[in-house]
Amino acid sequence: MADTQIFSGAFAEPVLAAQSVFRTVMDCMARPGTIGTIAATARPPQPLGVAAGAVALTLCDHDTPVWLTPQLARSKLPGWLSFHTGAPITGEKHEARFAFVEKEAVLPGFALFSPGTQEYPDRSATLVVEVDSFEDGRPLKLSGPGIRDEAVIAPQGLPDTFVALAEANRAMFPRGVDLILVAGDRVLCLPRTTVIKNREA
Amino acid sequence: MNAVPSELATYNFAYLDEQTKRMIRRTILKAIAIPGYQVPFASREMPMPYGWGTGGVQVTAAILGPEDVLKVIDQGADDTTNAVSIRAFFQKVANVAVTTKTREATIIQTRHRIPEEKLTAGQTLVYQVPIPEPLRFLEPRETETRKMHALEEYGLMHVKLYEDIARNGHIATTYSYPVKVEGRYVMSPSPTPKFDNPKMHMSEALQLFGAGREKRIYALPPFTDVVSLDFEDHPFEVQKFERPCALCGAENVYLDEVVLDDRGGRMFVCSDTDHCEDRRDHGHCGTMLAYGKAAAE
Repeated sequence: MADTQIFSGAFAEPVLAAQSVFRTVMDCMARPGTIGTIAATARPPQPLGVAAGAVALTLCDHDTPVWLTPQLARSKLPGWLSFHTGAPITGEKHEARFAFVEKEAVLPGFALFSPGTQEYPDRSATLVVEVDSFEDGRPLKLSGPGIRDEAVIAPQGLPDTFVALAEANRAMFPRGVDLILVAGDRVLCLPRTTVIKNREA
Repeated sequence: MNAVPSELATYNFAYLDEQTKRMIRRTILKAIAIPGYQVPFASREMPMPYGWGTGGVQVTAAILGPEDVLKVIDQGADDTTNAVSIRAFFQKVANVAVTTKTREATIIQTRHRIPEEKLTAGQTLVYQVPIPEPLRFLEPRETETRKMHALEEYGLMHVKLYEDIARNGHIATTYSYPVKVEGRYVMSPSPTPKFDNPKMHMSEALQLFGAGREKRIYALPPFTDVVSLDFEDHPFEVQKFERPCALCGAENVYLDEVVLDDRGGRMFVCSDTDHCEDRRDHGHCGTMLAYGKAAAE
């Protein structure tokens, strides 16, 4: 029974599914605040959600050390990732190229992950963070490249410190981590360039 | 060539293997997150020589899906060798729909032009880039140029533009004219004529740049601030043409000079062939258009 969870749940059509998931993520990364729907979902072991699983299958492999929250690390997920992507699991946040945070988990400080270097800012981590939903949360105002004037998002399930974390991350530019938020089968990207502010009521 | 599924089976979809695509896809995401910064990537050997657009081809192969409609242009033209062979390549390895119409395309791979028609939100423009480093001819060492980008030390580029003015009275750079992205990175727009630089600014389309031999990918997300470098007393200007296109009569477009004989005969025609054809189809007529559309057919 345990093995079934590890060996199943990847893409039915790996080539075309990975392409379609990537295009959704690419479009969302290029247009921060835009909510995309992931068409080809994966079934990773609980408690990771379908969209986060699809992102992992699309982007992770033996070149990308992955950091997992303590609860994910205790689940069947390390075996599932290892079997389907070959990605090594690391306990060191600063070594990780990808990090996965499930719904309702404590969001670790961004500063603990690699922001890249001033010469190579691309050598930074991408955090895949699950939230409860993209509606009815505290409204956040986004601006920056990829956004015409400004965009407003209202994700539910981010900590109160999120705006401060994002501001510190933005201040390091060009270094910094990039965020992929997921809720169910939907995705929203916040690259390091995006300026995130609380919207005044 | 009639691409049927049985021929496809000998290749992975879009030629590249999945691990390579993942590597390029990760590179593209980081490139989008750091606009104008050149992200190193493990460029692969492609079944065409360097200089034929291997960087652009790898980027296109990594993003291309069965639903896409691909357009390939070479200096604005859909019908020149490079464009024809890359289009045929993707028809063969991905069985993808192709078009010459700018507005029908979802992905446009380009060598050194931006289409005249305004690009829209659903479109991605993929540039083939020979020399991605704008500082390379000023400083040959990669270790130094990397440090200059890290420290935002772009004085050398301004000195170069200043020397242009000192020698020629104006900035003589007409193509590959350096731009500054979001006030941070100086970026090469690839050798597009400077005429196209303003189209990069706040473009609605995503722009991806691939340099195969130099192993770099960089990007401009939509609605990104792209400023051509200049001086207050020598502001940036695009090329102006004295006469309209000889075939379609278009003004404010980029024109190619075509030599007609060995006695100085010449004509100036749109470099963007699709734009020119579209205008002629709509009844626009230049001074040297010999036949009407009906007569030509």
